[in-house]
Amino acid sequence: MGLIDLLKKIEPDKKKSPFLHTLFDGFFTFAYTPNTVTQGGVHMRDGMDLKRLMVYVVLAMQLCYVFGTYNIGHQHFVAAGQYMGFIEGFHLKLVHGLIQMLPIFVVAHVVGLGIEFWFAAKKGHAIEEGFLVSGALIPLIMPPDVPLWILAVAVAFAVIIGKEAFGGTGMNIWNVALLARVFVFFAYPTTIAGDEVWVSGYNTLAEGTQATYTWAHGLFNNLFALMGVATFNEAGTHIVDGYSGATPLALAYQGGWENVTNTFTPAQMWWGTIPGSIGETSKPLILAGALVLIFTKVASWRIMVSMFLGGMLMSMLLNVWDATPFMDVPWYYQMYMGSFLFAMAFMATDPVTASGTNTGKWIYGFMIGFVGMIVRVLNPAYPEGWMLAILFMNTFAPLIDHYVLEANMSKRMKHA
Amino acid sequence: MNIARRKFAIVFSLVFLSQFSFAQSGSGSNYLLYGLIAVGLLLLVFAVLTLADNLIQIEGKKMGVDSKKYDLGIFPKITDMFSKKAPQYVNEGEGFKSLSKGFDIKLAGEPKGEIKNVHTNRYALKPTDFIGMSPIPKVVVAAGDEVKAGDVIFFDKKRPNIMYTAPVSGEVVEVKRGAKRAIVEVIILADKEVTYKEISAPDLATADRDTLKGFFLENGVWPMFNQRPFDIVADENVVPRDIFISTFSTAPLALDNSIVIAGNEASFQKGLDALGIMTDGSVYLGLDGRGSGPVTGFASATGVKKNYFSGQHPAGNAGVQIHNTAPIKGSDVVWTLDVQDVITIGKLFTEGKYDASRILALGGAQVNEPSIIKTYQGASIGDLVSGNLSNEKYRIIAGDVLTGQQTSEEDFLGFGNTQISVIREGDDYEAFGWLLPIKPRPSISGTFPNFLFPNFKFEGETNTHGEKRAFVVSGQYESVLPMDIYPQHLMKAIMAGDFERMEGLGINELTEEDLAVCEFVCTSKMPLQSILREGLDMMRSQG
Repeated sequence: MGLIDLLKKIEPDKKKSPFLHTLFDGFFTFAYTPNTVTQGGVHMRDGMDLKRLMVYVVLAMQLCYVFGTYNIGHQHFVAAGQYMGFIEGFHLKLVHGLIQMLPIFVVAHVVGLGIEFWFAAKKGHAIEEGFLVSGALIPLIMPPDVPLWILAVAVAFAVIIGKEAFGGTGMNIWNVALLARVFVFFAYPTTIAGDEVWVSGYNTLAEGTQATYTWAHGLFNNLFALMGVATFNEAGTHIVDGYSGATPLALAYQGGWENVTNTFTPAQMWWGTIPGSIGETSKPLILAGALVLIFTKVASWRIMVSMFLGGMLMSMLLNVWDATPFMDVPWYYQMYMGSFLFAMAFMATDPVTASGTNTGKWIYGFMIGFVGMIVRVLNPAYPEGWMLAILFMNTFAPLIDHYVLEANMSKRMKHA
Repeated sequence: MNIARRKFAIVFSLVFLSQFSFAQSGSGSNYLLYGLIAVGLLLLVFAVLTLADNLIQIEGKKMGVDSKKYDLGIFPKITDMFSKKAPQYVNEGEGFKSLSKGFDIKLAGEPKGEIKNVHTNRYALKPTDFIGMSPIPKVVVAAGDEVKAGDVIFFDKKRPNIMYTAPVSGEVVEVKRGAKRAIVEVIILADKEVTYKEISAPDLATADRDTLKGFFLENGVWPMFNQRPFDIVADENVVPRDIFISTFSTAPLALDNSIVIAGNEASFQKGLDALGIMTDGSVYLGLDGRGSGPVTGFASATGVKKNYFSGQHPAGNAGVQIHNTAPIKGSDVVWTLDVQDVITIGKLFTEGKYDASRILALGGAQVNEPSIIKTYQGASIGDLVSGNLSNEKYRIIAGDVLTGQQTSEEDFLGFGNTQISVIREGDDYEAFGWLLPIKPRPSISGTFPNFLFPNFKFEGETNTHGEKRAFVVSGQYESVLPMDIYPQHLMKAIMAGDFERMEGLGINELTEEDLAVCEFVCTSKMPLQSILREGLDMMRSQG
C-alpha cells in the first residue's frame, strides 16, 4: 500500500484549496474505492455504485466508438472516390478518423468535466459521475466536422444550464447529451443539418475540389512514407461526380425508399458504412451495446421495447396514410435509417430524465417512438426526430410519473 | 391456474377465428387496407368480449356471488397464468402466494448443528430497544435488588400500564445511564438456575379481551406486540384489526424456525389461541412455501388463517405478507409477532411462567463455528461469541446484516433479537474496486459474474462499495420489493415532508425491515431505513 500513503501525503487541504481537493478526491476515488463502512441501516451494500454503473454505459458504446471513428475516414475517402472497399486504405481511414475524433472527444471532456469539477468544488461535494456518460455520448451524436468551439459552447450550455442549474447529477430534467446537440441544432444549424455536414472534409472537397489536410495528417504522411504505404494525397483527392453526401433519411425525404436504395443498399445501412452522426450508423454494434445494457440491468428494457413498439406503430400508420414518398418507406426500414436504434439504446434510457415508475416507462418509451417518428417523417425541415422527441418526453416524464403515482395513491385510499 | 389458461385459449381462438372471414375475401393487392380491416375486426371482437365480461360481472354481483372467491371474468388474469402453482401440501382454504420480486443475499457461515445451551453471566433489558419510549423510563428496581424472571424492571412514564419485565432471575447490578442521563440498560447478574415469578393465568376458554389485556400488560409480554403502522409497542387502547405472524425468515443467515417450534407446539398453539381473543379479526400465519415442505408445528396450528409464501427475501417479512394478504388501509392497526414471542405467551398459560428463553442463530463468515444457541433475552454478547470469532477485523451485528444493530462484546442482545451475525469490517481501500473488484460480492447487478454461480456463498463485508449520491437509477427498489409501493417516490415525499403523499404512497404499510433489501441494492447508497424512520416519526407525531 505504498502508493496509497504517497497519495494521502499529497492530498491538498480542503479549506485552503477546495478546487484542488475536489480534483484530488475525484481522481483518488477513481483509483481506490474508499474505505468507508456502513453506518446505521444495512451493514452490507451491493457491489454496484454509480461509478460502475456509468462506466458500464460507456463500455457498452465502445464498439460504436471504434466503428464511428473508422467510418469518419471511410466516408471521407468514399466521397473522394478512393479506397471504396471498407478495409482498403485501412491506415489512412483510421488515422483520418482519429484526427477528427480525438479533438472532439477531448474538447467535450475537458469542457464538461472542467465545469463539473468547478461546481463540485464550489458546492463542496464529491465529483459526481454523471458526465462520464454524457461526455462519452456527445462525440457520438455530433457530425464529424463539428467546429470545436461550437462543441465547447454547446457542452458548456448543456452542463451549466441543463444540469448544474438544476442541482447536478440526478436532478436534471433533460438529457444532457441531447441538450448539447439541440443547442448546436438551434444555434448553429448549418453545422448539423443539410447534406454537407455528415461527411468529413466534404466542404473543402466541394469548394476547392480537393481535400485540405492538417499538420497532423502531414506527420502521419511522413510515417507512412517511411513505411512505404499509401499517404494522404491532397492533390489527388477530389470529390466524385454526382456525390451529394446525403444521408439515407435525406434521400428518403426526397424520393422515398427507392431513392435511398439507388444510393445505399440495406446491408450498407445495417452495417453502418453510411454518412451520419459519428456513432449512430452501425446498427449491429448499437444492438450489441443495447444487449449489454439490458443484460447487466443498467438500462431499462421496458423503455427500449416500448420505444421500438411506438416507432413501429407510427411508421405502420404512416405506411397506411401514404401521402408522401417518405411515409411509404416500410416500417422495418425506418429502423435502418438515422439514429433510431442509437436513441433507443443510449438516449431514451437515461434513468434520470426518463420516467421513474415501471408503468411510466412503458408510456414514456412508447411516446418517444410515436412522436419521434412523426417528427422524422412529417417535419419538412429536418428528417430526424429522436432528439426532439426524447427532449419533449423528458419534459413530460414527471407528469407521467405523477399520474402513475396518483393511481397508486387513489387505489390505496379508495379502500380506506 | 388451469382455468386461467383455458380461458386464454378460448379468448385467443375466438379472436383468431374472427380473422378468417376477411382472409378468404382478400385478393392481396392492397394489404394495408386489409390490415386495417383486420385491426378493426380485432377491436370489434375485443369490444364484444369486454362487454360480455362486464355483463357477467354485473349479473354475478346481482346474484350475490362472491367475486373474490369465484373469478367470473372472461379474460384470464396474467398473474394467474404465469404465477407458480401452489404445491401439494397447501390445503383447501389456505392461501399460496408466489412472490417474484426479492433478492436473497447468500452468505457464508450458516448457523447449523445441535442447539447449544449458553447461560451467560449477565443479562440486560434495554429501554433503547423500544421505539418511542421516553429516554428516562421509571425504573422500579435499584442496584442490589433480587429479581425473578417476570418481575417488573421498568415502565414508560408516558404509557405506565405496559410493564417491562426481567428475562432471568438474579441481582440487579447496574442501571446504566448514557448521554443526557438517559437510561441505556438495566443489567442483571443472573442466578445459575433461573427462578420464575409465579403467574396464574386466566382460563382461555372463558377469558374476555380485557382480562387478557390486563394479564399481558402486567406480565411483560405486551412489548412483544408490534404495532403497524410505525413498528412500535402496541397501543393498549386500540383493538388490532388482525394479527400477523410470519413463521419463517428469508433474511441472510436467519434462524430456521422449525428448530424453534420442535417441542413447543402446544405452547405455540396456546399463544395463538390467546392472540385470537386479542383481535376482532383473524390471526394470520405466514408459512414457508419455498419448497422444503411445511413445518408440522406450524401447518397443524388451528384457529388461524394460513398463507404460504414463496419467494426471495423479503418474502418472509410480516410487512410483505400483510401487503399480500390484507393490506393496511387508512387507519387500520395490525400487530405482528415473532414465533418465539408467541411461544413465550403460550408458556404463560401452559407452564405458568414468563419464559424469556430465546433460540438464536449465530452466523457469518467471521464466526469459526456457526451455531444455534439457546439462551435468554438480553444475554451478554461477549459471552455468546467468546472464543468463536476469527482474528480478522469484524463487526458484530445483533440481528441480520440488513436490519440489525451494530454491537460489541460488551453489549447485550436486544429485546427481539433471534440472530447474531458477524461479518468482516471492510474499512480498507481497494484499487479500482469499483471496476475490477478482487473479492466476489453480492449484487443484483448483471455487471458482476454472480449469475454464473447461483449458489456461491459470499463472505460479506461492511464496506459501502462506493459513495453516496443523489437518486439516479429508477426501478431498482421495485425490483426487489414484492409490494405495490414506489419506494423512491415515497422517500422523496418524506424528504419533502409531504404528509398526504407519504400516506398515499403507503408509508403506513412499511417498516425498516421491509425496505432493508432496497437499501442494500441502492446504487446511490441512500440510507432508506433512516429516511423511512424519519417519515414514520413525522407521521406518528402528527397523530
